[in-house]
Amino acid sequence: MRVALFVTCVNDALYPRTGVATVRLLERLGVTVEFPAAQSCCGQPAYNTGYRHETEPLVRRFDRAFRAYEYVVTPSGSCAAMVRDAYPRLGAKAAAEGRGTELAEAAARAAPRTYELTEFLVDVLGVTDVGAYFPHTVTYHPTCHGLRALGLGDRPRRLLAHVRGLELRELDGAEECCGFGGTFAVKNPDVSAAMGADKARAVEATGADAVCALDNSCLAHIGGTLARRGSRVRPVHLAEILAATEEEPYT
Amino acid sequence: MSGTYLGMPAFPEAAHDAVRNPTLRRNLRHATHTIRDKRARAVAELEDWAGLRAAAKAIKDRTLRHLDHYLVRLEQAVTAAGGTVHWAADAAEANRIVTALVKATGESEVVKVKSMATQETGLNEALEAEGIRAYETDLAELIVQLGDDRPTHILVPAIHRNRGEIRDIFAERMGRWGRPAPDGLTDRPADLAEAARLHLREKFLRAKVGVSGANFMVAETGTLVVVESEGNGRMCLTLPETLISVVGIEKVVPTWRDLEVFLQVLPRSSTAERMNPYTSMWTGTTDGDGPRAFHLVLLDNGRSDTLADEVGRQALRCIRCSACLNVCPVYERAGGHAYGSVYPGPIGAILTPQLRGTGSGLDASLPYASSLCGACYEVCPVAIDIPEVLVHLRERVVQGGEATRNGVRVRLRPAKGHAAERAAMRAARWALDHPAALRAGQRLAARTRRLHPRRLPGPGRAWSDTRDLPEVPAESFRDWWQRTRGGEAR
Ligand code: SF4
Repeated sequence: MRVALFVTCVNDALYPRTGVATVRLLERLGVTVEFPAAQSCCGQPAYNTGYRHETEPLVRRFDRAFRAYEYVVTPSGSCAAMVRDAYPRLGAKAAAEGRGTELAEAAARAAPRTYELTEFLVDVLGVTDVGAYFPHTVTYHPTCHGLRALGLGDRPRRLLAHVRGLELRELDGAEECCGFGGTFAVKNPDVSAAMGADKARAVEATGADAVCALDNSCLAHIGGTLARRGSRVRPVHLAEILAATEEEPYT
Repeated sequence: MSGTYLGMPAFPEAAHDAVRNPTLRRNLRHATHTIRDKRARAVAELEDWAGLRAAAKAIKDRTLRHLDHYLVRLEQAVTAAGGTVHWAADAAEANRIVTALVKATGESEVVKVKSMATQETGLNEALEAEGIRAYETDLAELIVQLGDDRPTHILVPAIHRNRGEIRDIFAERMGRWGRPAPDGLTDRPADLAEAARLHLREKFLRAKVGVSGANFMVAETGTLVVVESEGNGRMCLTLPETLISVVGIEKVVPTWRDLEVFLQVLPRSSTAERMNPYTSMWTGTTDGDGPRAFHLVLLDNGRSDTLADEVGRQALRCIRCSACLNVCPVYERAGGHAYGSVYPGPIGAILTPQLRGTGSGLDASLPYASSLCGACYEVCPVAIDIPEVLVHLRERVVQGGEATRNGVRVRLRPAKGHAAERAAMRAARWALDHPAALRAGQRLAARTRRLHPRRLPGPGRAWSDTRDLPEVPAESFRDWWQRTRGGEAR
């Protein structure tokens, strides 16, 4: 099987390890991974801040970069939700404004082929045991977009349950937002920081070595808050846990 | 809306103090978490919740699509039953109508049933200015009124107060409004309730005019419905000689069969009860029973404008259950006052900027008072996609666009103060649409990464004050791919 990796702009620039781990993981499962260089950002930061017109070229770019692939896989729940939920809305609004159906068509091509990583593993590849090894205690934070917009359900936990050596610790108030929310963290810094502090406290209370999630932006917020508190708990993207094996351990 | 809120600071500044008030944070956290857990249990009891929710949404949407038709029907039915219908385009007109009606009775005081509509219009202040005293009879509204405070929650306006604070308010203030609190009042709930009961009883028995809102209006019979927990509303609805009900036009439902759906979803969503303790219904006037005169004031106050907006109109489905407030992580930390409106929390963040427009700094900041986590949408019994409307209104704030104000289609200009952000977004868009330039920027960042400050300047400073920044890696993913896979990149 051949899939295109949508690495996302945040992962590309700040968390390349997550992209590398996704590639390693998928290749280990027999998937041929390609990286279309024409890709860029999904447009979520602009769209969620109200800049719909600034987002439209990125919808077209996404469509151009990925239309040749049956599957687009991304290690980011919020970017997958952007493509699946917001792209069709952008297309519909453009059509309603009398600007034709071109954007709506691009959105209709992009949305159904885009998968968040755990969805792709469980639903398309049909695996929950990816042969991973991660000898640490871990707590899992289900990010809002994964939880509610994508409805990932227990897919991530089923994958984690099969990781050898891993002990999963329950996170109190797991379903509560960590307070990142893209530009929310900048526009409402006090509330965002208060939410982050509560989340960081809950993470620390689990006593786990690591907190994992499907979005590096949420992990940056939680991890940045933990680090400032002098905590030893490390943020780790789920892809990096699933990519780790006894032969090639997480470092 | 009420003049009380004019000149409020924008949401982020208003939230600043609340976040640093540990008593408020503790009160709110305790109250919202208790009720949200109970709501989840009450909802889980019903096997067909998803179906009920879909039905409630569909009924409201159908009614809103033909709102003019159902309102005319309602007017005919109310009139036929002996009531009088008045139409109010805005808050000022509604207040004028009510004031004139009270004055015509020769009275100088009214008892009030808890009502969001009259809070929205600032009726109490308007009556006060005309020498008419309005007494709130809902326990929580009474606490707010006596405390010279503003409500912070739709259902529990005094949610931000704990028992000790309430005891102090009763002991110090009750005497100024009527019967004083008994000596040696404790903060036991039963004692507090008894003090309020004695204080209010005097008002119920004396008042000649009652003012209410309504949760629903049934078009086919002209019946109004109030659901409540304490029974104070029922006293106000039945004892006075004149009853004046001020109700938003979106509260109409076509038939009693439609009402049935809402009487199931509302109590479970709001108080987590299977059924609310008191459901009062009144239809016009009846000889020898209840008020002898009944007036219905139908309030628009921005609702028609909201209805004209295809995305935003879903906010009018709201039945004011307050479930969205109780699950909102932002409301829990910022408190209700920060929203500067009688509608706080997620629903307030989308309703207020539509009813009042996005002209003021406060109203323009409300669509951003959310992390878009989606918890509000998940619990809303009429399935209002609050995050969708928030993003839609953010667009109105930063890019302007078409909107309806006072029935006229206008082109709104972007709100002030977003020029720098807009320029940054445009620059980012250009870079993101030119991967080669983006890559050059990434490489520059990687090469200079040892020089990056630990703290950000400008708007990012608040971020780096409480959180460590991620380090820029030596190599971007793109470069790693190029280095290891070389020619394969397309
Ligand atoms: S928006 Fe929905 S959840 Fe919030 S108060 Fe209205 S009906 Fe209830």
